[in-house]
Amino acid sequence: MQFGIFTVGDVTPDPTKGTTPSEGDRIKAMVTIALKAEEVGLDVFATGEHHNPPFVPSSPTTMLGYIAARTEKLLLSTATTLITTNDPVKIAEDYAMLQHLADGRVDLMMGRGNTGPVYPWFGQDIRNGIPLAIENYSLLHKLWREEVVDWKGRFRTPLQSFTSTPRPLDGVPPFVWHGSIRSPEIAEQAAYYGDGFFANHIFWPKEHTQRMVGLYRERFGHYHGSPDQAIVGLGGQVFMRRNSQDAVREFRPYFDNAPVYGHGPSLEDFTRETPLTVGSPQQVIDRTLGFRDYVGDYQRQLFLMDHAGLPLKVVLEQLDLLGEEVVPVLRKEFAKNRPADVPEAPTHASLVAAAAAAASPEVVA
Amino acid sequence: MTQRTIAVVSGGLRQPSSSRLLADKLAAATGEELTRLGVTPKIEVIELRDHAHEIVDNLLTGFPASAFAKVVETVAAADGLVAVSPIFTASYSGLFKSFVDLLPDGSLAGKPVLIGATGGTARHSLALDHALRPLFAYTRSIVVPTGVFAAAEDWAGEEAVERLDKRSRRGAAELAAEVARREPAAVEDPFALRTSFEDLLAGD
Repeated sequence: MQFGIFTVGDVTPDPTKGTTPSEGDRIKAMVTIALKAEEVGLDVFATGEHHNPPFVPSSPTTMLGYIAARTEKLLLSTATTLITTNDPVKIAEDYAMLQHLADGRVDLMMGRGNTGPVYPWFGQDIRNGIPLAIENYSLLHKLWREEVVDWKGRFRTPLQSFTSTPRPLDGVPPFVWHGSIRSPEIAEQAAYYGDGFFANHIFWPKEHTQRMVGLYRERFGHYHGSPDQAIVGLGGQVFMRRNSQDAVREFRPYFDNAPVYGHGPSLEDFTRETPLTVGSPQQVIDRTLGFRDYVGDYQRQLFLMDHAGLPLKVVLEQLDLLGEEVVPVLRKEFAKNRPADVPEAPTHASLVAAAAAAASPEVVA
Repeated sequence: MTQRTIAVVSGGLRQPSSSRLLADKLAAATGEELTRLGVTPKIEVIELRDHAHEIVDNLLTGFPASAFAKVVETVAAADGLVAVSPIFTASYSGLFKSFVDLLPDGSLAGKPVLIGATGGTARHSLALDHALRPLFAYTRSIVVPTGVFAAAEDWAGEEAVERLDKRSRRGAAELAAEVARREPAAVEDPFALRTSFEDLLAGD
């Protein structure tokens, strides 16, 4: 099982100090956080993509390429790549390029984005969110798998004899996850292609996750034989201190003023209603192990650690706790009673091996 | 005997609240009319005041807290709705509107609704037809022709109350008739897949 962090990349004032980092500070902080993730033994760093303030990560492959050069093992991903407003041709090229530079340590997560005004800036309309996600991904899927593409669709200029360059590393496209909170069409899309499904699992009740993962598994079984072979990822949000009361006291002002849920429910209400956990490392371990009860054995767990204006220093302390005290226990406990045929999340190496096996089945047999 | 559920939403803020009194009156009359039509009524009363914080939280977070989700479900699953708001500044109260804003799209479509309102004087009574009726028309619910308005004076004196009872019975009879002649309400599952992937790919 893979463990990691995902970041929204928000520039939010620190409510306890009234200070706001510059965009430059925040971008550098995101890089520092990614490097720390590798240092403390996490597997994955995923960045969001946004094209409006107060968010900085508009150019994920630039950031991930830079991080790739400064890390050895960390898998670089997105949460999410906007499949609706990006040109699928550019996604195909950018991430194939990143694959080469990062020696295959790349996958990505497709998402629609939920900010209405962004769509028209890129010539689109939010009411076409699902059709855009379906059509654009179908083209992206083809561009990575077919050398020469002739294509015509509803949203993009047609392609004649087009070859996306560079070709994917070793002829194997990056693994793709599809993220959605409550659109059954996206669970269906992930199942249809045999791709992964990622439930955001923060800011929302667990019932959303349970229903969406249930649908994805059922449809995966329909298309590929067995619901247990589906590839499931979950988000999560935690804040920890050794003493749980310290965690609550320190996090409360950030919670109360956070984008998305600030000035709304109490911290206590929100931790009860959503997977947010604020407390000791042991409480985080117990809560996280409970996720399996409603989604089954799964492949990837990402935590949101750095939003709502938390200072970089605090985030790095959080990552120490996560990497040193929480994740090692989670790895051990999640491995217990895990059926042997539950797959790991695909990596570049496993996809290359699978492609080779498919090309020469007699070698495997 | 068949059974039908009537959700009764009262937007009154004071306790005791005249909106709640009117809502109870309309609920009781609807129950009697349904019984007369051979239908067993099940009445579910919802005081919005009890859910005021949850309503604002839902507006901010985008999801209903679990206790409030049950309230929303009760309305969505009801066979008929009695909706009563106090009239504040020429229209339904903000809390009442916020609650209607949080009902899932389509959840009131085809649902018979009896509207009621309360206010200090009868001068506010047209708010029923200028504010509540168009609001529920937008939700594609079936608003029965009679709306019941109760001003402070309608609670004072035997004759006034008799006239209010008469209007209530007329509205209740209209609601009960609409509810009784319909199949039970069906609730849509928002997580159900409605289109095949082939159709999605084809752009349908």
